Amino acid sequence: MITEDEIKKIAKLAKLSMPENESKEFAEQLSGALKHFEQMTKINTDGIEPLVTPTQIEHFLRPDQAVQEISADKMVENAPEKIGNLFKVPPVV
Amino acid sequence: MDLLTAKISEVAKNIKQKKISSFEVCDFFLQRAHKHNPQLNAFININDSVTEGARKVDQRIALGEDVGLMAGIPMGIKDMFCTQGLKTTAGSKILENFVPPYDATVIDRLKKQGALILGKLNQDEFAMGSSNETSFFGPVKNPWNLEYVPGGSSGGSAAAQSARLSMATLGTDTGGSIRQPAHFCGIVGLKPTYGRVSRFGIVAYASSLDQAGPMVSYVEDAALVLEVISGFDPKDSTTTQRKVPSFTKDLSENIKGYKVGILKEYLKKGVLHPDVEKSVDDAMSILKSQGCEFIELSVPMTEVAVSIYYLVATSEASSNLARYDGVKYGYRAPFKQLSSIDLDEFYMSTRGEGFGKEVKRRIMLGTYCLSSGYYDAYYNKACQVRRKLSEEFQQAFTKCDVILSPVATSPAFKLGDKISNPLAMYLNDIFTVSTNLAGLPGMSVPFSISKEGLPIGIQLQAAPFNEQKILNMAFNLENATKMSGKVPYGF
Amino acid sequence: MDFRGYEPVIGLEIHAQLKTQSKMFCSDSTKFDALDNENTSPVSVGMPGALPVINKKAVEMSIQAGLALGCQIRHKSVFARKNYFYPDLPKGYQISQYDQPLCEHGKIQFVLDNEVKTISITRAHMEEDAGQSQHIGEYTLINYNRSGVPLLEIVSGPDLRTAKEAAEYARTVRQILRYLDVCDGNLEEGSLRCDCNVSVRKIGAPEFGTKVEIKNINSFRFIEKAIEFEIDRQIDMVEQGQKISQETRLFDPDKNQTISMRSKENAQEYRYFPDPDLLPVIVTDEEIQRLKSLLPELPVQRAQRFIKEFQLPEYDALILTAEKELADYFEKTALQSKNAKAASNWIMTELLRELKQTEKHISQSPVSEATLSELIGMIDQNIISGKMAKSVFSECWKTGKSPAQIVKEHNWVQITDTNAIEKVIEDILAQNPSQVADFRGGRTKVFGFFVGLAMKATKGQASPDLVNQILTIKLSGQ
Repeated sequence: MITEDEIKKIAKLAKLSMPENESKEFAEQLSGALKHFEQMTKINTDGIEPLVTPTQIEHFLRPDQAVQEISADKMVENAPEKIGNLFKVPPVV
Repeated sequence: MDLLTAKISEVAKNIKQKKISSFEVCDFFLQRAHKHNPQLNAFININDSVTEGARKVDQRIALGEDVGLMAGIPMGIKDMFCTQGLKTTAGSKILENFVPPYDATVIDRLKKQGALILGKLNQDEFAMGSSNETSFFGPVKNPWNLEYVPGGSSGGSAAAQSARLSMATLGTDTGGSIRQPAHFCGIVGLKPTYGRVSRFGIVAYASSLDQAGPMVSYVEDAALVLEVISGFDPKDSTTTQRKVPSFTKDLSENIKGYKVGILKEYLKKGVLHPDVEKSVDDAMSILKSQGCEFIELSVPMTEVAVSIYYLVATSEASSNLARYDGVKYGYRAPFKQLSSIDLDEFYMSTRGEGFGKEVKRRIMLGTYCLSSGYYDAYYNKACQVRRKLSEEFQQAFTKCDVILSPVATSPAFKLGDKISNPLAMYLNDIFTVSTNLAGLPGMSVPFSISKEGLPIGIQLQAAPFNEQKILNMAFNLENATKMSGKVPYGF
Repeated sequence: MDFRGYEPVIGLEIHAQLKTQSKMFCSDSTKFDALDNENTSPVSVGMPGALPVINKKAVEMSIQAGLALGCQIRHKSVFARKNYFYPDLPKGYQISQYDQPLCEHGKIQFVLDNEVKTISITRAHMEEDAGQSQHIGEYTLINYNRSGVPLLEIVSGPDLRTAKEAAEYARTVRQILRYLDVCDGNLEEGSLRCDCNVSVRKIGAPEFGTKVEIKNINSFRFIEKAIEFEIDRQIDMVEQGQKISQETRLFDPDKNQTISMRSKENAQEYRYFPDPDLLPVIVTDEEIQRLKSLLPELPVQRAQRFIKEFQLPEYDALILTAEKELADYFEKTALQSKNAKAASNWIMTELLRELKQTEKHISQSPVSEATLSELIGMIDQNIISGKMAKSVFSECWKTGKSPAQIVKEHNWVQITDTNAIEKVIEDILAQNPSQVADFRGGRTKVFGFFVGLAMKATKGQASPDLVNQILTIKLSGQ
């Protein structure tokens, strides 16, 4: 089952800050959920191809044509911080 | 014509014939939305400029232009749909102030047919919830009893439509998010076949399960909205290129000879609320009298459907929600100085503060299931069992046209009843998740009222791309029960 | 090559930008010099609800590249998401291919130091590029114009054993992609990027050593230098009993060394899974055959044909086919001048030397195929001598004028009038009786002395052939 330490590791992977009490709560809840999901382990799935898209959909590829629908200033309008038409983020090395 | 009970086609016809203006219709619903929203919290944002759009439609009609199938009809839109120039929040703090520079394809199609946006509707955060209690903007109340939940995740759509604050609404359904709230609030809700309706511009929860669909007062309205929003979209390569049938023209209450399947797994004694159980029995009697034949079937994998669903949905969601990182749009954790922040800290604070608890829980679960060492046991296993489930349904539909079942084990539950126990909440989705896992069309149609005075719906499912069959059967039931279009007391 | 009893093991990952008009998964333009975030859309900026749709041309180009690299093309390949957070990655995942790539099990051949090398291609898969970061110091600025640009990642087997071999392999891949016209192969602009995986092991050791990745090297010369340095560094470490850590390093061309960028000790957890927004890419046999039939002639095939059709030596054929434009230039000149050998000689010596000295590409050559053909024709028709032709060529190069015009201006026409040449030779023999006696006494070396005087007297314009012939006759005393 999932320990609090594992919860902290997953939180780092998923980039989620988490108060101490929440990681304890999550450890219990996720363990409970996973335990329930283990009902699947008894089902034999040898040689079964995993299903992703559930219905039969025709193959479609897009023609290679360049189109600009939205201007650069519209694309950056929602940015929390920007300089000109560039997105501003903390310094990354 | 009474706008409280009229069908879309009727109102659109009257608008086109200038018997009533779109402005009057929009103003009527705008006023109702403003009046009742404080009680229900169904809207996150009401679009007051809808009346300007209405005036344009009226002008175009005056000029004799063709204004489309939904001319001048005001609609409420779940806040999962990107609407150009109108805030689109997905019920989350992380998108609280996001204004998309584009329309979802379905919004574009509705607009082209003359529909107008009355407002953006409340929902569970990122559609993760079954009670509309996980919204950053607060819970939505059930118009039939304000102490009860409207269901989720499209709770705002169900509540607004049920209280008739809108002519029609749109919802999204990943594991029952259209059908379950429709059942809780006594409206018609239809989840189309996976691939029937474009997902472009709809905030993604779980890509292989999400579908948009109508949440409306009548089956005929559902057929109309479905017809407008369906069809191939070059911006979504998971849409089918099949021709869209004329759902409205082919709508017929003649269902003589339909074979109706009943799943053994769905009718275990003691699981169902007695009124729900009775509704299924009554529905069977009605359909038998209409010439339907009943077949008992077994789809064993439905027993583990909730497990498959939560593994697949959370895995996909953990990746789909990675884009909310405070870089391009949306919430960014406040920092005094950008220069002194570590990148990890920047991401973790932004996402930790921007997402609510249920969303974090599901991202955590999905991240775990995809990580090395667990991928095969959880995500991949779930996808394999999903194929088994899907094949069992395919088999079942060689023997029947429609599968009839409850939508949920009970009518609406009380606010706060289940929110503290996530697993109990998840297990509540038992009747609805298989539809999405197998990509089937599914529908909830109002059927009765429980002893507590809460609506009960009936769920109908068909083989992929057979929406017409469930529409016709729902149409028949609707005509038999006259339960559609009922506005709860006080609204 | 001697590596102190060690064997280097090198594998290359080449990222080639495909020459499409629009991006891999959306219609944004791929043009290079756009304004900030001008080539973006909801898809490439990862906005809510935006969905990827595969570019048909990118798939076709990838299949053609795969075929040219000798790969098998999968009838069903799958796009997967590679999940990690970085500001230049707008969706929090990169769409790539993982366990079911489009192309696999290929191989290519090239000649190095007179030896044919065969290098296996493990796989070639499609993926999208990330955006670009500008580091200002206090903050970083992000531009998503590159985000979503289609890339083909070509992964070699761990078959390379020397730095020179690795660089030659990379050049060969570039040459193939340029022949196919699917990538412009510009390392400086980043349309071709090369990551090198390097490890060393004792000769005969069964296991590979710990591999180090060297990233973003922007010239073939630097590939060679970076790998050379890295091999030495690793052998030094092993010799000193140190452990080589798995890491990513960058090459610093100024210091001619690799420097550590980040450790890979905490193995990245990418959580690959099939992208549910995209269906598998289905390629039929008919489609593969169609694309195969459209393949242009590849360098190796072209070299073989040059050897056969034009009787070129293998070495010449390989050099002339190293670049498509160069091969085109040669072939056109050979056909126009009807003298393939001369065309080959002129290109291999004069033309390539001038190009190198002036740092020009063959496409910028001021001497066109027509000009060179004309020049070769003038030699073949004895209008000018081979020696004069060199001067004419260099004038053509400088002025861009035609050979005929230059010959006329300088009055460089060859003297083929036998009477005139006889007269000149007779005068020379008369003025140098002692050398004539020497020759007739058996010191035939002085023949060259007379030729020199004859050419000097005619300002180099006398036909060397005629001078030789007449001189031979006159000296023999007939």
